[in-house]
Amino acid sequence: MSAPLLEVRRLVKHFVRKQGLWSPPAVVKAVDDVSFAIDEGEMFGLVGESGSGKSTTGRCILRLIEPTSGEVLFRGENVLAFPRGRMRQARRDMQIVFQDPYSSLNPRMRAGDIVEEPLIIHKLGSNADRRARVAELFELVGLDPAHLARYPHEFSGGQRQRIGIARALALHPALIVADEPVSALDVSIQAQVIRLMLDLKQRLKLTYLFIAHDLRLVEDICSRVAVMYLGRIVEMGDTRVMFRSPWHPYTRALLSAVPVLDPDAPRQRIALDPTSFDPATPLRQVDASHWAAV
Amino acid sequence: MTAPLLDVQHLTVVFDAGSPPRTPARWGAGGARSTVTAVDDVSFQLAAGETLGLVGESGSGKSVTAFSILRLVPRPGRIAGGRVIFDGRDLLALPEREMRQVRGARISLIFQEPMTALNPVMRVGDQIAEALTVHGLASPEQARARAVELLDAVHIPDARRRVRDYPHQLSGGMRQRVMIAIALACQPALVIADEPTTALDVTIQAQVLDLLRELRTRYNLALLLITHDFGVIAEMADRVAVMYRGAIVEEGPVRQILRSPAHEYTRTLLAAVPGIGPR
Repeated sequence: MSAPLLEVRRLVKHFVRKQGLWSPPAVVKAVDDVSFAIDEGEMFGLVGESGSGKSTTGRCILRLIEPTSGEVLFRGENVLAFPRGRMRQARRDMQIVFQDPYSSLNPRMRAGDIVEEPLIIHKLGSNADRRARVAELFELVGLDPAHLARYPHEFSGGQRQRIGIARALALHPALIVADEPVSALDVSIQAQVIRLMLDLKQRLKLTYLFIAHDLRLVEDICSRVAVMYLGRIVEMGDTRVMFRSPWHPYTRALLSAVPVLDPDAPRQRIALDPTSFDPATPLRQVDASHWAAV
Repeated sequence: MTAPLLDVQHLTVVFDAGSPPRTPARWGAGGARSTVTAVDDVSFQLAAGETLGLVGESGSGKSVTAFSILRLVPRPGRIAGGRVIFDGRDLLALPEREMRQVRGARISLIFQEPMTALNPVMRVGDQIAEALTVHGLASPEQARARAVELLDAVHIPDARRRVRDYPHQLSGGMRQRVMIAIALACQPALVIADEPTTALDVTIQAQVLDLLRELRTRYNLALLLITHDFGVIAEMADRVAVMYRGAIVEEGPVRQILRSPAHEYTRTLLAAVPGIGPR
């Protein structure tokens, strides 16, 4: 078997907050001993509720936040050990798409300049080459190259997210960390952007870490999924298997809370009892390609 | 048949899109004003104790419709036509003074964002009490006692102590419970809930929906539930009206709409909902 494209090993990120002069600083364990691996060409879902640490995990992988400890192996190399210059090189291969296409695009830059910026930063191509590449990227994500000179506010939410995707693709990355890429969009627009992401995955052989809180969406598009709760992965495995037979009490509560489209479906709400499990329980294999912290 | 509690007839709301002051030339000579019809001849009815889901995407006019019922359309929007019959009276024809007796008392609102809807520098108990004293329904002491009861009714633990909290001391789900307590303070007949769970995590959303369902039965509330989430509609609504570009394109019992949508747009919308398969 080939090695995974990305392997996260025992990733930890603690935020320290000073409480005042005399009290000891409080430590928030945002990411607490997280390990998982993503194969080339896979769409791996990382789900959890607010504060579960899923976004922090995504950002630590790209070192947009420096992790406290752990390893992030990309093609077998630990990017956390990379010096600055080497890390910049590595970022060409690992890009991020942010949640909010309203705040993640500079409102004073034209759409074409936003997509071109990574090429300039990485000193790629001549002016003309870059312009051509930007037009090509626009077409790739389904935007009209005639709109290159427009500002972000002249685009709709879905179009803005396409600009964000074009920017992420500019450097031919292998891995895209998509941090809630469609949660700010209407459902019909969501569907279009998701279709684009899946299409690009095929055409460009992309690998995604798809961070989301929408379990329905993850079930539809991710082959494997990890569920985070309070900074830890409590369950991980094949999406279909895990959604059908969740082991961990938190996963069960989470799945039972999702509204179902069928008005006659039996609603068996499972309340989460945080005392019913020990958060420090390590993951163990419960089935072929299914792990749970039980 | 008895008259419905709420009868919205041919409601039309327009927004006057005047020339933006800084670029007048772009919009043609003479500062010609164009109007955008946000709500276009919308009619629906709601019976006491019934839940109607109003579903649509951003800009479909669902929130403007709801705000129009309370005559709270933000400028430059204005109600251009129609009637809103509530309890036998046309709300659109009421003097503002009488309208204030309806707003928050007979019809109340639950907003999407409890953090921005609640007053950050006022204790939550006082905010609940205010709803009662403003309408002259209770003395300050009675209102404070009632605030504790209401927090209890929305299942906030240790209500007696929590009335003294400020909104920032509460979690998102708790804040939404406080909003619901405020909405229920005057025992309204109709509650308009505008995306009441959209800002919440899914487990918290489930709890808030459970709470709304419980209170709806206990107080025989009519609920106008505005949402973009068909899942929430399926869980909560008796009937559903689908809005698209300011108009209701389809309306009917929730089962019928979900099982056999007649309108193309409803089908598109339902198809776009990612599904959790049978478990």
